[in-house]
Amino acid sequence: MTRSGSGSLPRYILQRILLVIPMIWVILTLVFFVLRVAPGDPVSAALGGRLNEEALDQRREALGFNEPLIVQYWDYLSSVARLDFGTTFSDNQPVLRVIRDNGGATLSLTLASFALALLVGIPLGLIAGRYRDTVPDVAIRLFGILSYAAPVFFVGFLLQIYVAQPLGLPTSGEASPMTAFTVEPVTHIMLIDVFLSGDPTAIQDVLEHLILPATTLGLLICGVFIRLVRVNILQTMQSDYVEAAEARGLGRRRVTWHHAFRNALVPVITVIGLQFALLLGGAVLTESTFNWPGLGNKLVDYINDRDYGAVQGIVTIFAVAVVLISLLVDIVNALIDPRVRY
Amino acid sequence: MRGLLKALARPFTDTVGLARWMLVIGIVITATFVVLAIFAPWIAPYGFAESSADGVRFPKAGPPSGDHPFGTDRLFFDVLSRTIWGARTAIEVVILSILLCIVTGVPLGLVSGYYGGWLDRILVLVMDALYAFPSFLLAIVFSFLLTGLFGGTVLAVSLSLSVIYVPQYFRVVRNTTISAKEATYVEAARAIGASDGVIMRRYLFGNVVQSVPVLGTLNAADAILTLAGLGFLGLGIQSTDAAEWGHDLNRALSDAGSGIWWTGLYPGLAIVLLVTGLTLVGEGLNETLNPTLRRRRLLPVVMPPRATREED
Repeated sequence: MTRSGSGSLPRYILQRILLVIPMIWVILTLVFFVLRVAPGDPVSAALGGRLNEEALDQRREALGFNEPLIVQYWDYLSSVARLDFGTTFSDNQPVLRVIRDNGGATLSLTLASFALALLVGIPLGLIAGRYRDTVPDVAIRLFGILSYAAPVFFVGFLLQIYVAQPLGLPTSGEASPMTAFTVEPVTHIMLIDVFLSGDPTAIQDVLEHLILPATTLGLLICGVFIRLVRVNILQTMQSDYVEAAEARGLGRRRVTWHHAFRNALVPVITVIGLQFALLLGGAVLTESTFNWPGLGNKLVDYINDRDYGAVQGIVTIFAVAVVLISLLVDIVNALIDPRVRY
Repeated sequence: MRGLLKALARPFTDTVGLARWMLVIGIVITATFVVLAIFAPWIAPYGFAESSADGVRFPKAGPPSGDHPFGTDRLFFDVLSRTIWGARTAIEVVILSILLCIVTGVPLGLVSGYYGGWLDRILVLVMDALYAFPSFLLAIVFSFLLTGLFGGTVLAVSLSLSVIYVPQYFRVVRNTTISAKEATYVEAARAIGASDGVIMRRYLFGNVVQSVPVLGTLNAADAILTLAGLGFLGLGIQSTDAAEWGHDLNRALSDAGSGIWWTGLYPGLAIVLLVTGLTLVGEGLNETLNPTLRRRRLLPVVMPPRATREED
């Protein structure tokens, strides 16, 4: 790109970062007020019946629920700014410890399924787009639609009945109790810890637990990749520079690989970032289906306990993470593709 | 009237080959589910919460048989009946939530785009924040709130779904309003003294709502999945109030270990079919109504063979 293009890059990044701050503020405000308008008092909702009235009152005082709403709001905002996401009400744990204990499981599940989806989805999307309206295109598109249309818990259910039972694969948790007991928690991410332990039976056990949940979630994201890559290929194949390349007499194959595919994959990076939000929803459901000890599963447990503190903390972290990831994606995208900066 | 019929037929007359087939199949599937939903009391052999007939209790988790073609579940309910009644719940929730989106998103978008200024800035910021929020998480948070307020009713779930989709309607309407209000016909209307209200209702409204049907069908597919997801997590409609596929699948999952497949397979297939149908309709409409996609479709036909090809 020209000098003016590269000159505007820092400004673009700065602008983008400045836009994130009001966005996070609005999201935090939303989370706070939505959870505060909920009927009933949060402390007795989570602990009612387990503590007497006096102890409940002490808890309320300690958590600041007797303060005016605006003071609570300010406390919430300032503690989030200090990266303190509060404590859970039902089991009185810092939310950050919940994240540490359960975040690893979510991370390994999502990364494994992402890898699977990229490996399957991108080649299929390229084929479908390149050979538009042929039999492979129709078959791949149908697969894409079905993988989107099938809810993850239904895919999980089918895998449990028709794959797990004949093969004897585990359908619950991320490791058998024996493995969980023997492997030392170094990073609190089971997948890494087990490789650090170097015990082959433990490694096999953990991978066997991972395969079905990762396939379930991977299928969901795979459908998105297929649709996206296909449409991008269709658009780039119609673009002026592909026509220009053809006009210069370049062969069909060279044009497809060097001109169309490469440019068609640039927007994929953006969408990968945006898919993080979809992935999160899918992860919550997958974890619930396979009883996977991740954050989504934990969130659902806390919701059923009506634990406002935990729900607020976990949702806040999720939301902030999504905004920051989309910021990161935009910056990476601007570095790769100069056209984005304008 | 003839104009309306022509507009309705356009997706068919303008498409060829694959796109038309996808549209037709999608419409057939969707229409089937709508019929099931409307006539559920007559089509379904039993009620959704009926566990006995003529004083005889249904078998517990009985496999498919003559009396119960899809079997019965652990709560003695007939799976076929619950699958059919589930269509009614799904269609009710989807229609209600999309109507809620339209009645809030379209006017807000019109006003925001037409007047601009600080109101526009604030609305855009709030809507962008809602849009940036992971949608399923947003649905979970709002259903946490709303089912607490109203209980697990159709209205509560529809409201929490509409919160997810409203930003899209707002954005589309706002952006088209901004470009449409500069058009000559609007200027002419203003010149002859039309008030802002009249311009928005009579001149802009018809132009900016054109993309709403496509958005509606695409969101409908997503709404079915979100509804089922909430039901699966136990945050949606309670199973004694209505039959809901997601919640039924949640109960079926605990049976999977003992090899009971019929309690989960049928509600699951219903979700897959309905979502596929709606997606096909949405994509078909998109390919015919969206000018960028449509032009590309016709381009290879209109263009004469390129000179470069012959030199090749």
